Amino acid sequence: MPASRWTAAFGAAVAAFVFTSGTALAQKKYDTGATDTEIKVGHIVPYSGPASAYGIIGKTEEAFFKMINDNGGINGRKIKFISYDDAYSPPKAVEQVRKLVESDEVLVVFNPLGTPSNTAIQKYLNSKKVPQLFVATGATKWNDPQHFPWTIGWQPSYQSEGRIYAKYLMKEKPDAKVAVLYQNDDFGKDYLKGLKDGFGAKASMIVAEESYEISEPTIDNHIVKLKASGADVLISITTPKFAAQTIKKMAEIDWKALQIVANVSTSVGAVMRPAGFENGQGVLSAHYAKDAGDAQWHDDPGIKKFLAFLDKYYPDADRHNSQVIYGYGAAQTLTKMLEMCGDDLTRANIMKQAASLKDFATDTLLPGIKMNTSATDFAPIEQLQMMRFKGEKWDMFGDVISGEVGH
Amino acid sequence: MSAAEEVVTEAPAVEAVPKRAMTLGLGTSLVVLAALVIGPLFVKNFIIFQMTQILYLGLAVLALNILTGGSGQFSLGQSAFYAVGAYTSAVLMEYAGMNYVLTLPIAAVICFAFGFIFGQPALRLSGVYLALATFALAVAMPQLLKLHFVEHWTGGVQGLVVTKPDAPFGLPMSQDMWLYYFTLVITIGIYIASINLLRSRSGRAFMAIRDNEIAASAMGINVALYKTLAFGVSAAITGVAGGLGAIAVQFVAPDSFTINLAIQLFLGMVVGGVGWLPGSIVGSAFIIFVPNIAESISKGLSGAVFGVLLFLVIFLVPHGARQVAMIAQQLLGKLKKN
Repeated sequence: MPASRWTAAFGAAVAAFVFTSGTALAQKKYDTGATDTEIKVGHIVPYSGPASAYGIIGKTEEAFFKMINDNGGINGRKIKFISYDDAYSPPKAVEQVRKLVESDEVLVVFNPLGTPSNTAIQKYLNSKKVPQLFVATGATKWNDPQHFPWTIGWQPSYQSEGRIYAKYLMKEKPDAKVAVLYQNDDFGKDYLKGLKDGFGAKASMIVAEESYEISEPTIDNHIVKLKASGADVLISITTPKFAAQTIKKMAEIDWKALQIVANVSTSVGAVMRPAGFENGQGVLSAHYAKDAGDAQWHDDPGIKKFLAFLDKYYPDADRHNSQVIYGYGAAQTLTKMLEMCGDDLTRANIMKQAASLKDFATDTLLPGIKMNTSATDFAPIEQLQMMRFKGEKWDMFGDVISGEVGH
Repeated sequence: MSAAEEVVTEAPAVEAVPKRAMTLGLGTSLVVLAALVIGPLFVKNFIIFQMTQILYLGLAVLALNILTGGSGQFSLGQSAFYAVGAYTSAVLMEYAGMNYVLTLPIAAVICFAFGFIFGQPALRLSGVYLALATFALAVAMPQLLKLHFVEHWTGGVQGLVVTKPDAPFGLPMSQDMWLYYFTLVITIGIYIASINLLRSRSGRAFMAIRDNEIAASAMGINVALYKTLAFGVSAAITGVAGGLGAIAVQFVAPDSFTINLAIQLFLGMVVGGVGWLPGSIVGSAFIIFVPNIAESISKGLSGAVFGVLLFLVIFLVPHGARQVAMIAQQLLGKLKKN
């Protein structure tokens, strides 16, 4: 009997040993691109070609990861950030992403920019089971975990923003007669859908819709037509050049409707100044990130950290450029997510952690805006705050509004 | 001075290339062929994908070479034909569920018709004016693809995602490798057909027009017919290249077929050697690899580095790969004598 007790005890000890060493092994798990000392992160952005202004995002992210590495990396691992130029050409994006995955053997592809480029690489990355993390586009289709479990968005989608304007109007101006001007492409249509979904049963508040083509030299006639509909609210789903034209034309024909302009066209330099500051007073929009050039954030701890980072790692960056804020926020999100992964750096765990962000806020998000994801929600940022143009800048007002797109 | 005289005294737009100088010798061809067949067995899928890219872009450069090197007409609008071919294949595969192999001849036929029709204005224009007219076509194409009434088919700015074919008959090879060999067979077929075309009666007609239009018509060549025919043939081959490109990249979108592509193809032709068909592959390798090399040298200044590299090539070997090949041949000849 004692002998068998011995065996039992020994067996238990062995079992315990195997179990603990088993978990120790389970704790350190790697897929291609991750080791004890390094995590390889792939990235594409147009550094050349017509959309090369976005290259700033890549440069900011590179500088950000340099800062992370100088501070000891993530859980002791340095980030190797490999960024290639896709010139905003989908075939080039496919070539570069394949190079990242098959030749450089990166663990993840992070923050690839542009709807066409992301569409081109989505199927490939999903079939290879390589995470396509935090894509830099506003299309709503990236939030589709059922069909594309390896693709996750980041910024608020156009539909979310459309819903937010509908929510705001229903609350603040329930008897509004809404006219909508939209660009006739995926951007405009995505937005319009969000807007209509947001109004829901009250979609009859929209009394007129007009679409324009990017190729049209001027959209004056659309504005005149919309004015004739008798609407007292104009939602302008336009890109910068047309947004400026709209603001100007409304002043010219003396149409005193409340105007809401899409977030993509809120640049003071590219829209509000050409449209004339006096014409743009009282125009509404919404945003999710702080503006580093705005005096109200000068004492904000997040922006202070951001500016300190720029001083040390990217001194020639333009502090007012929203792309810099964008790159910083996206890179910070990836850092947070990799921290959450711990020592389990498998691609499956990365997607699991990317889908488990809970109330995470980067230094650059407006107070109150938080990232949340789940197994069925692959849209990290879904909240925005309304803002009004006053003087020569935008003033935030009201509460943070959620534009969550249900499934 | 009469108009006719003016035309006659004008230097030909493209330097006359004797037709024998348009191809490689049999021995060299076999060596290149062997390298192309065996090469993929030893490299990663990504490299195979790049080799496939070289082949189908090489086809597009070859098509331009027939037009410019063969019949002496300029075109900066090849990206438009390429787009039509790519979209034809993509739409037929995704909406009609057609086999990818069958979509290529259809793309060729549609592009031939398109090129033949577009060849009509080419009859009235020559040299830089023709280049400008075709340039307009290339600029217009990405926008045309987004038009309302075709949007339903082309997917507008969103583009179309194409399913990549598996190797047939259960062959034990990856999709990339299968597609490579498939592309290789088509490329070789079109290459041989092109050489035969240029050696045929029609090819001689092309070259006669290139060298001297008036003399050609005096010899009874139907100048109008052959000029438009050259456009048609070139467009058809470009269309096949576009179809193959769509299948390899698995995606078509208007942003894929901008004027940049047309300029790249033109560049490929010049670097490969105008009128020298084997140079098409060299030119295509140049437009795929050199931008990557430039980027690895300097990310911020990749465009400038590319410019310098291109300048060096044009300065040192103005006739492109053809010149390099000829120099190599001479050296080899000397070695044999010794």
